[in-house]
Amino acid sequence: MITWIGNKLTEIFGTTLAPYVGYVLIGFAIITLVVLMAVISIYLERKIAAFMQMRLGPMRVGKWGTLQAFADVFKLMLKESLTPAQADKQLFNIAPYLVLTVSFLAFAPIAFSPSLQLWDLNIGVLYVTSVSSVGVIGILMAGWASNNKYSLLGAMRSGAQIVSYELSAGIAILTIVMMSGSLSVSGIIQSQADGWWIFKGHIPAIIAFVIFAIASTAELNRAPFDLAEAEQELTAGFHTEYSGMQFAMFFLAEYTNMFIVSMLGTTLFLGGWMPLHIAGWESFNHLMDKIPPFLWFFGKVFISLFMIIWFRWTFPRLRIDQLLKLEWKYLLPIGMVNLVFGAIITWLGWIL
Amino acid sequence: MGITSLLILFISGLGFAALAISLNKVLSYSRYNPVKAEPYECGVQTQGSTWVQFNVGYYLFSLVFLIFDVEIVFMYPWAVVFKQVGLTALIEIILFIFILFLGLLYAYKKKALSWM
Repeated sequence: MITWIGNKLTEIFGTTLAPYVGYVLIGFAIITLVVLMAVISIYLERKIAAFMQMRLGPMRVGKWGTLQAFADVFKLMLKESLTPAQADKQLFNIAPYLVLTVSFLAFAPIAFSPSLQLWDLNIGVLYVTSVSSVGVIGILMAGWASNNKYSLLGAMRSGAQIVSYELSAGIAILTIVMMSGSLSVSGIIQSQADGWWIFKGHIPAIIAFVIFAIASTAELNRAPFDLAEAEQELTAGFHTEYSGMQFAMFFLAEYTNMFIVSMLGTTLFLGGWMPLHIAGWESFNHLMDKIPPFLWFFGKVFISLFMIIWFRWTFPRLRIDQLLKLEWKYLLPIGMVNLVFGAIITWLGWIL
Repeated sequence: MGITSLLILFISGLGFAALAISLNKVLSYSRYNPVKAEPYECGVQTQGSTWVQFNVGYYLFSLVFLIFDVEIVFMYPWAVVFKQVGLTALIEIILFIFILFLGLLYAYKKKALSWM
């Protein structure tokens, strides 16, 4: 389909202009994807939260409240965006741009389907982890520039948290990189053609998956690790002073980071766009092959998103010293031992 | 597609944010009021400046983080070639992680990992 669109564009615009038109189309496609997925997951989150608490959730706007998220966007669009008088105005206005742009940049090496990938970078996984942690600069910037004590405390907590859990997430990713022997996203997906890592990687891969899930939830500043914006303590954390569309940009960036983490987790542990195969069940495998790869990919991504939402309504919030203790005294040593354990298993050739 | 994709993503992210924020500026009705521009503190007036030094309580974590993050970056090339190198790589990573573990233990004993 990609080549068909390419040929059509060359037919209409000629060979010199066609690539640029293609680039503009790709830009619009990415924006549409981000906004659409944010709207869908906001709706899902509110509905799932409501059902877990035996409420109905949004019901008024549209059938079953499906248009609620759009209504919220329009409401925010009409709101006045205030800048506090004592704020550092330049930093205050730059921060939303930085946070959103960084979360967009992390989409480059993600493979949505065999042919749908922007850039098959040979260090794709390292790129995603490094770029997505640049966002913490925007958070610190917003917290510092607001000239509000809640914002500053929230930003500092967020910084400590993201920086700490970076290590555990890195070690969990390393386990899979070691098993597959590749750092590129397509290489890791190809290595899972005969089984996803979570199934064929034995115990080390499962431990790595659990560590990755905990660490990435913490990096997203979501409950049970939402200390950076703990409502009862800090009102809204680093974006207390933001309103209107500037606030919406932080919100959008948060949801975009959620998809990026889910997509990374899907790529590393759940086989990316690879269909589910069970050895010996020929007709079942054949049926699974009929489902297009991008449906597999987005299905897995939404299952991961559901897990993140589920965590929020299951676990109580940790205290900040408990949070740092969990990382440094438990997750990091377990992750390092797990890496050695995984290395021994790989060396013995026990990978299925 | 190469490095052009980064440029496209950068421009589309920046452009989307600029469009949304400027559209908001155009559409919204704004009326200035000095009370609106005060820092939000649940109705109480802020005491003193916000930009003061305060006890972070976890500054040693950031120092330990710096060391460990560099060590983990060292492990990425090892992870990629592990299957080709085999036993040598396995012995080396066991030594490497053992020394790293001693470092973590040292930080733990020196109470760098406890709340200050």
